[in-house]
Amino acid sequence: MIAEKKISTETNQYKENISRRNRTEKIFNVILLISVLFGLLMLTVLIIDIAVEGYAWVRPELFENYHSRKPENAGMKSAIAGSIIVIFMTGLFSFPVGVGAAIYLEEYAPKNRLTDFINLNINNLAGVPSIVYGMLGLVVFGRMFGLFSIDSWFVKLFNIPIESGATGGWKFFLFDIPWLEIHLPFGRSMVAGALTMSLLILPVVIIASREAIRAVPPSIREGGYALGTTKWHVISTLVLPIAIPGILTGMILSLSRAIGETAPLIIMGAFTYVPFLPKTVWDQFTVIPIQIYNWITLPQTEYRVHLAGAGILVLLFILFLMNGIAIYLRKKFEIKW
Amino acid sequence: MLRNLSKTSIFSFYNPQRVRNIRERIIAIILFGCGIFSILVTIGIIVSLFSEAIGFFLRPEVNLFTFLTGTNWNPLASQISPENFGVRPLIRGTLMIAVISGSIALPLGLGSAIFLSEYASDRLRSILKPLLELLAGIPTVVYGYFALSFVTPLLKRVLEDQLGIHVSFFNAFSAAVVVGIMIIPNVASISEDAMRAVPRSLREGAYALGATKFEVSTKVVVPAALSGIVSAFIIGISRAIGETMAVTIAAGATPRMTLNPLDGVQTMTAFIVQVSFGDAPAGSINGQSIFAVGATLFMMTFVMNIISASILKRFREVYE
Repeated sequence: MIAEKKISTETNQYKENISRRNRTEKIFNVILLISVLFGLLMLTVLIIDIAVEGYAWVRPELFENYHSRKPENAGMKSAIAGSIIVIFMTGLFSFPVGVGAAIYLEEYAPKNRLTDFINLNINNLAGVPSIVYGMLGLVVFGRMFGLFSIDSWFVKLFNIPIESGATGGWKFFLFDIPWLEIHLPFGRSMVAGALTMSLLILPVVIIASREAIRAVPPSIREGGYALGTTKWHVISTLVLPIAIPGILTGMILSLSRAIGETAPLIIMGAFTYVPFLPKTVWDQFTVIPIQIYNWITLPQTEYRVHLAGAGILVLLFILFLMNGIAIYLRKKFEIKW
Repeated sequence: MLRNLSKTSIFSFYNPQRVRNIRERIIAIILFGCGIFSILVTIGIIVSLFSEAIGFFLRPEVNLFTFLTGTNWNPLASQISPENFGVRPLIRGTLMIAVISGSIALPLGLGSAIFLSEYASDRLRSILKPLLELLAGIPTVVYGYFALSFVTPLLKRVLEDQLGIHVSFFNAFSAAVVVGIMIIPNVASISEDAMRAVPRSLREGAYALGATKFEVSTKVVVPAALSGIVSAFIIGISRAIGETMAVTIAAGATPRMTLNPLDGVQTMTAFIVQVSFGDAPAGSINGQSIFAVGATLFMMTFVMNIISASILKRFREVYE
């Protein structure tokens, strides 16, 4: 009798317990759903907000004109040109070094302390704030440690002809070829900006390329070795052709990160007002995000809200286009082993 | 046998075996150069930041002690003295934004990670995850615009019009909100990786004891993945500290020793942008001060990244 009663109270407690636990489960479910949806909601609000403010200002003048004192005439022609050229050069610089490093780390590197250190170092570089890369670029590429200023020991030692003025420095033609003009230091040119950007995206390029190379199964390499070819031959004719879509996908994604970067180029000394299209890679430049930032800081609503919004719409469109291409490449060349 | 062949023909003019070996050697050296290049980048960062920062501290107008302890940052003042070069207002502004954005991004990021790893079906996950990652791919200048054109007006409408609390046009809170949104995917994706690495058997053991999904998630999976989650938190905060454009645009340009998030503050990164925008000449005290601030910023994020990496490494050793 007593035992039965005890069991029944325990069952009651158990049932109560179960319903309480189920309630918690449901509440937790809702909390999780809210936390996922919050991010997505913010994404939607952000895009709608920008589209509402900027859509009407995406008009031909935006692509045909330079920045102007009259908002209705203002555009960002030079910024679009600058962004395209800088991004293209960034890709050109970072691709060989990044893929080379990835090949070395995946195929050549022995398991030792140096390799561990390189890996740790790459992960660390990926976490360095982008503004720090801007400062690196300013000192190393922009000023070259002041080595080519008029009163530096280096210039005096080698008797280098230095031009004075803001765009001064040492200008010469490499091997006397007329189109191979070199300016030292790189100053505020597109070369300096692109080099800075390529250092910035290098860790991401290396990590993405490594993943693509690692995805090539070892049996492919072994097949090549079995035929008696050398290591480089195996890599260049078997591994890379299979890995290249993955590498390109990673490359496009890293470049799409670079195209939105503002801070490093501001530190480098990219200009905000460039009323001409660049003729050579040594010209001054501006890029889309800097133009947007410049508009945001102006007091008039037309610039601050509408033109900036229109500029952002163009920037986001380019980003979505690049990401779309990357996803398409990945899907099209995806191989399931 | 091949080796013997090549030895006999070593004096011949063209030896394909030897040419091939030399070519292999050269390629290996070039690739090694690419691999080592990342170390050169790190050295370059350290040398360029610290050489200029040392130049700054060697000036008679400033000293390291007042730089680290001073509470007044006013480098553009007409009278240059050590009292005007105390970096603490900038650090406080930076940390305030990091703390507020962290308290937004950490719970939401962790919640998203638990949802993606434990609750969502594979199909739902494959839709939600890329959408969430989009938040990290949007340029930071866009977040700055969003803070000014949406978050600040919203704050003003709610706090100022309804409750009568003064909200500055440039304020730390709206900058921190957008930075928080920006780092949700960072926190979520690293935490989720850590949770997915927790062996299935642990979950199944708990389910076999009659645990609910909530209990499995919070009492088994999260504790087992804790080190990964902690390292995700640290990386998120480190990214908030280094974040530049959103805070430059939305938080203002007044270095202040304040704890009121509705006031304008200046972060370390915002100061660097402000000076660079004003085109400070090389070698001037302003031109050098950004490197002192930049070196401080680099040290802070570097230490956090190292801590996070070492926690993550220890975690990997447990489960792999």
